Amino acid sequence: MKELAGIFVFCALVALAPLLTSSGSMLNLIIMTLYAALLGQAWNILGGFGGQFSFGHAVFFGSGAYAMAVLQVKFGWNAWAALPVALALGSAVGAFIGALSFRYGLKGSYFALVTLAFAEVFRILSNTFDFTGAGVGLMVPLKESAADLQFTGKAGYLYLILAFVLAGLLLTWWLKRSRYGAWLQAVRDNEDSAAALGVNVFRVKLAAIMMSGALMAAGGAFYVQLFHYIDPHLAYGPAVSVEALLGPIIGGMGTLWGPLLGAAVLHGLGEFTRGVMGDVPGVNLMAYGVVLILMVTFLPQGIIGLFRRKARDDKKGDSGA
Amino acid sequence: MLEARGLSISFGGLRAVGDVTLSVPKGAIVGLIGPNGAGKSTLFGLVSGFLKPDSGSVHFLGRDITGLAPHLICRLGMTRTFQIVQPFGAQTVRENIAVGAHLRHASRRDALAYAEAVATRVGLAPQLNKLALNLTVAGRKRLELARALATEPQLLLLDEVLAGLNPQEITEVIPVIRQIRDTGVTVLMIEHVMQAVMNLAESVYVLSNGQLIAQGSPAEITGNTRVIEAYLGHGTAERLRKAAEANHA
Repeated sequence: MKELAGIFVFCALVALAPLLTSSGSMLNLIIMTLYAALLGQAWNILGGFGGQFSFGHAVFFGSGAYAMAVLQVKFGWNAWAALPVALALGSAVGAFIGALSFRYGLKGSYFALVTLAFAEVFRILSNTFDFTGAGVGLMVPLKESAADLQFTGKAGYLYLILAFVLAGLLLTWWLKRSRYGAWLQAVRDNEDSAAALGVNVFRVKLAAIMMSGALMAAGGAFYVQLFHYIDPHLAYGPAVSVEALLGPIIGGMGTLWGPLLGAAVLHGLGEFTRGVMGDVPGVNLMAYGVVLILMVTFLPQGIIGLFRRKARDDKKGDSGA
Repeated sequence: MLEARGLSISFGGLRAVGDVTLSVPKGAIVGLIGPNGAGKSTLFGLVSGFLKPDSGSVHFLGRDITGLAPHLICRLGMTRTFQIVQPFGAQTVRENIAVGAHLRHASRRDALAYAEAVATRVGLAPQLNKLALNLTVAGRKRLELARALATEPQLLLLDEVLAGLNPQEITEVIPVIRQIRDTGVTVLMIEHVMQAVMNLAESVYVLSNGQLIAQGSPAEITGNTRVIEAYLGHGTAERLRKAAEANHA
């Protein structure tokens, strides 16, 4: 219950931001941090809780983004109507990739490579077909009204992405205290043991990749609504896949707040390096790389791991264990 | 309760288990012994659904379960432990056991409460909040046992739960296993620790080179020529008998 309260307090505080500042760049930083957190939350479900490290989460992101753009541009759909279809498509792509790779027991780096390959295949396909605008991409017409899921100011986008992040937080919270979540973490830690205890390993992993895919597709849909444009590289390129896994790895995999914390640290770091080094292209990526190496070496459990370790040391004292 | 008939499996050219037939009656503790590499764990794999036999059948509670997936077999009421303990290391003892409890308890609260009860039965209650990876070997073996018990099985397959324990720990765990049987759980156990087999099992199967070579009460088994030779080499029984006669003379 304490965690649930924490989730709502956090979201309420972030929701106050547009009232406290009208600085566009400040709101933009919050929006982009939340957006990165959403991608991280999506990856965290499958990678952090399920132990299936995907290196091609862009495949879900891009599918959501293209569903959003194609339905609006080619079929004249309303954005609100397109949104559930985008989520469903992300989930369906997850089911497809999951069914194939989990049926044949792909694990570890093999699974990572297969997801990477799928993202590349989708990138090439979207680069080829007129349907997706091919290499030129798709431009979503500007209709700045909430009825079309577009907003005049930054505040609207902040509330939209905050709603998605809230959904991600609640989903993660549920994973931590449900039978399904317990099964998923058991599968992550040891598939044979889980199977011996009556867990349907295949189904559990499939459900995880479908949830992860839907949430990632929400990220893609948001991207299209924010930037009104999508092309094969933005949708299915490796940058999104990397952004999705950096947050949870740095913040703490398989934790509620890890993806948010990781996203905040990365974006804070990005701003800081930009401030110190100026606009040297790619300097923030170098900083990310250094942080990632340091984290993996010294804090494999992420920043959250620091607090956890302390909490456990404190507990040890009174239980005498 | 459990009937295995003519089970065989080969890996490449190696016949790991050949034509093994065994039965475990309800309420019993049955031992399965044999030298290293005899195929005991492979046989467990065949019975519990982790391996599909090349030929033969497995019946559990009168139902043909040959080739059924492990999680479905577990749902029917048979579960196994692993010789090399496989805890969910990143989780606490309580959470580990709850995974097993969730099979028959949907709500998190019920599963955690049941986990606590099971932990008490195997003597893990003081360590409920410890991370599984921080347990000693003996603790991990108990955890393996507790997790399996939490699925509320009718038949429990124990794969060397006593291996790696010191004599003190062994004498502590033996009554735990007996008490598990006394609460109505049938047990089939692979064990190297003869003290435990003699103490617990009513009937013992001996496996050597993938074949069943003997079956009987523990006392019968320890006097069986073929069993002695399987462990100590061909002709040993004859030599031992002669040596004994020479001593008497």
